[in-house]
Amino acid sequence: MENQDISLPLEEQTEEFVVNIGPQHPSTHGVLRLEATLDGETIKDILPHLGYIHRGIEKMTESLGYKQSIYLTSRMDYLSAHINNQACSLAVEKALQVEVPERAKAIRIIMAELQRLTSHELWWGSCAMDIGAVTPFFLGFRDRERILEIFEANTGNRLTMNYITPGGVMQDVLPSFVSDLKTLLVKVKGYLAEYDTLITGNIIFQRRLQGVGVLPKEMAISLGCTGPTARASGVSCDVRKYHPYDGYEKLEFKEILNDGCDSWARYLVRMEEMRESIYIIEQLLDNLPEGEYRAKMKGVIKLPAGEYYQRVETARGELGVYIVSDGTNKPYRMKFRTPCYSNLAAVKPINVGAKIGDLMASMATIDLVIPDIDR
Amino acid sequence: MIQFSDITSWIHETLSGLLSPGLTFLAELVLAGVAVLAMVLVFVVIFVYMERKVAGFMQLRYGPNRVGIWGSLQVIADVFKLLLKESFAPDSVDKLLFNLAPYLVLAVSFMALAPISWAPGLQMWDTNIGVLFISAVSSIGVIGILMAGWSSNNKYSLIGAMRSGAQIVSYELSAGLSILAVVAMCGSLSVHDIIQSQADGWWIFKGHLPIIFSFVVYVIASTAECNRAPFDLAEAESELTAGYHTEYSGMGFGIFYLTEYINMLVVAMVASTVFLGGWLPFHIYGFEAFNHVMNFIPSWIWFFGKIFFIIFLIMWFRWTFPRLRIDQLLKLEWKYLLPLSIVNLVIVAFITIMGWHF
Amino acid sequence: MNREELKSYLESNFSNCQVSETFDFPLLIVPKEELLSVAGKLKNSSETLFDFLFCETAVDRNPNLEVVYHLTSTTFRHDMEMKVILEDRENPEVESVYSLWQAADLFEDEIYDMFGIRFANHPNLRRIMLGDEWQGFPLRKDYKDDVNIVTL
Repeated sequence: MENQDISLPLEEQTEEFVVNIGPQHPSTHGVLRLEATLDGETIKDILPHLGYIHRGIEKMTESLGYKQSIYLTSRMDYLSAHINNQACSLAVEKALQVEVPERAKAIRIIMAELQRLTSHELWWGSCAMDIGAVTPFFLGFRDRERILEIFEANTGNRLTMNYITPGGVMQDVLPSFVSDLKTLLVKVKGYLAEYDTLITGNIIFQRRLQGVGVLPKEMAISLGCTGPTARASGVSCDVRKYHPYDGYEKLEFKEILNDGCDSWARYLVRMEEMRESIYIIEQLLDNLPEGEYRAKMKGVIKLPAGEYYQRVETARGELGVYIVSDGTNKPYRMKFRTPCYSNLAAVKPINVGAKIGDLMASMATIDLVIPDIDR
Repeated sequence: MIQFSDITSWIHETLSGLLSPGLTFLAELVLAGVAVLAMVLVFVVIFVYMERKVAGFMQLRYGPNRVGIWGSLQVIADVFKLLLKESFAPDSVDKLLFNLAPYLVLAVSFMALAPISWAPGLQMWDTNIGVLFISAVSSIGVIGILMAGWSSNNKYSLIGAMRSGAQIVSYELSAGLSILAVVAMCGSLSVHDIIQSQADGWWIFKGHLPIIFSFVVYVIASTAECNRAPFDLAEAESELTAGYHTEYSGMGFGIFYLTEYINMLVVAMVASTVFLGGWLPFHIYGFEAFNHVMNFIPSWIWFFGKIFFIIFLIMWFRWTFPRLRIDQLLKLEWKYLLPLSIVNLVIVAFITIMGWHF
Repeated sequence: MNREELKSYLESNFSNCQVSETFDFPLLIVPKEELLSVAGKLKNSSETLFDFLFCETAVDRNPNLEVVYHLTSTTFRHDMEMKVILEDRENPEVESVYSLWQAADLFEDEIYDMFGIRFANHPNLRRIMLGDEWQGFPLRKDYKDDVNIVTL
């Protein structure tokens, strides 16, 4: 062992050993393998191995049309399926210069923000579970269920909705949509208060997160982290603010920033984002525009030759869709710049020197979704 | 009312009439062992069922509700499932230690039950070092856990076992010191004497603040000794999958599971014996009518009631708190609980010398 | 800088690179040999400060291979696209930009895995998604797999 300290007597020398955390492990939340080199409890090195759920979505899009490709994006970050669909649709609309009806835009934003809420609620539960508290997991799922019911009623699906299509949305929302949402939002606010009482104020929970997994601002920028992960390091990177799409520019909301840089800051940013999402939805509910829910689109979409890049803010960060078109009905190359893939890079630098428990805590607050990494 | 002592003395007389003294002793040993085994298994079944129902209650779900009325036979079904499953030992394990470890752990937790006084006159071994014996024996269990973790030839198991070793050895200290506070006040290590000394009031009420502090420390430390959340670092599902018993299957795993609940039982029994008056009823000094009513409630209801109260407390912790990190766990013990316990013990000694307790 | 300013800035400062534009961004096509110096200038020059590599990918323009860098600045909030065109299809190699943006670590691993473009001075170039025993580079246009790829 080259890492041994040979100045010590033989019986005091320690040996590093390699543990494979994953591909099947309770807190990787999917099939991610981290090859961790440990010295006792202390982590010396981490090497992520991917590809256990690699479906080759980018290759598949090359033999499918644009409309079909959008369905595949639901399967990347399945917790932000609406937002993934939206990203792809926006890219296509931008290339074709289609004007999306106001009503469709408003519905898209409501759906996207609801999706962010479901994602963060699920994250809250699983984050607490990674730190050892099991009960929040059930609460998180209970509350997510209420929103999924809205999705199910209006889009027909719960997880991979494929509701947002180029030109607008698949179908109009139910007449009761607004009143349903109003009752829901009152409930969700109550849930958020419950989250805070249950776990945010817990001293063990705070101590497990504070000062753990520190990601300095410069490092977050250099690593290309986005979303709540980067915003908790003070990097202002909300796509909704800097490159507004679908009418975010007309809405009033603030970008949640925190200079704490640690897991606790990431936790607080996400909790605050849920409140901000509710605020965004409330602004739209009172004056949901009437009119068409979808612009007329051709049956076969052909993008003019060229390169298109569309960014949106998913629950985890910036999703970029890079389309290279050669003018035919199939994309020449479609690249998804997924937030989790870049955020994964942060796992190693923030955990070297930490304990195994810290690895779980900081992984939980980075909130990786493995299919989003592998694509 | 029939007392348990009547039953035990009747058994003793009947056996002495039939057998020689040596054989009587042997027969009584076997009888006591079987009785405790049956009793403990019943307890464990109830605890497991209770745990799942409590967890369900706290997590907005029903818990088991299919097998039997309200799922009451679920645990028995699970035991049968575990018994029918193959006890599989992976190829590269140390077979002897791997197979021995669960039984060692189980034997140790049963040993700790020996000096417990279940009811007036129902005590297997009334020794004058009862409480000391329990603390001493219950810490042997860690050897079994280390054996299991090391022999499994699995890195997760090894980390879990090492954590468990560090944890149990540390928390043994403050658990012992908090019991010692009561021992100092009542002046005896014998379980029977400790219970008798609480006839006019439980130690948690008689002993002022220091004993209440000891009780809290004991509950914390014993939760840690049982490897229960928030101190379940040895198992730490989200970090080490299942810790030291990752490689066990079938009844090997079942025995570790069983042991966890027996340890909880021992802990609850010790806590209720030492702090809450064992099987003694709740008395308020100078309030005779009330005391009289309390005396009508049988002693076993008092004892089991206290046990279930403490078990519920431990379960409540488990389903509410997140887990500590290993360094926080050790820091809590060595930097806070242990020094405070020592100071507490000094204060208790002072109170005892001055005779300020009731 | 807005898009037009950035484009003229690029034209005036990088004379040996070709400047054009895509639908969204100004585009700078950099000769392979000058990649690191150009990228370093873009990152460190106080007028551009492109400190955020938000996307790095490759496109197989059969027979050429292109490596595409999308850059943004967290100070000025302007974006640009940078391209390197590799003509050697058999043994494509380009300098890694890991020394400038650590984000390139995983991005370049993936590009190597999918396109077979080697990155010199990359800290740990490996087939991150497919196994080491995988034959060929799937995102290349001439990749053939009759068993697993179903074309419509």
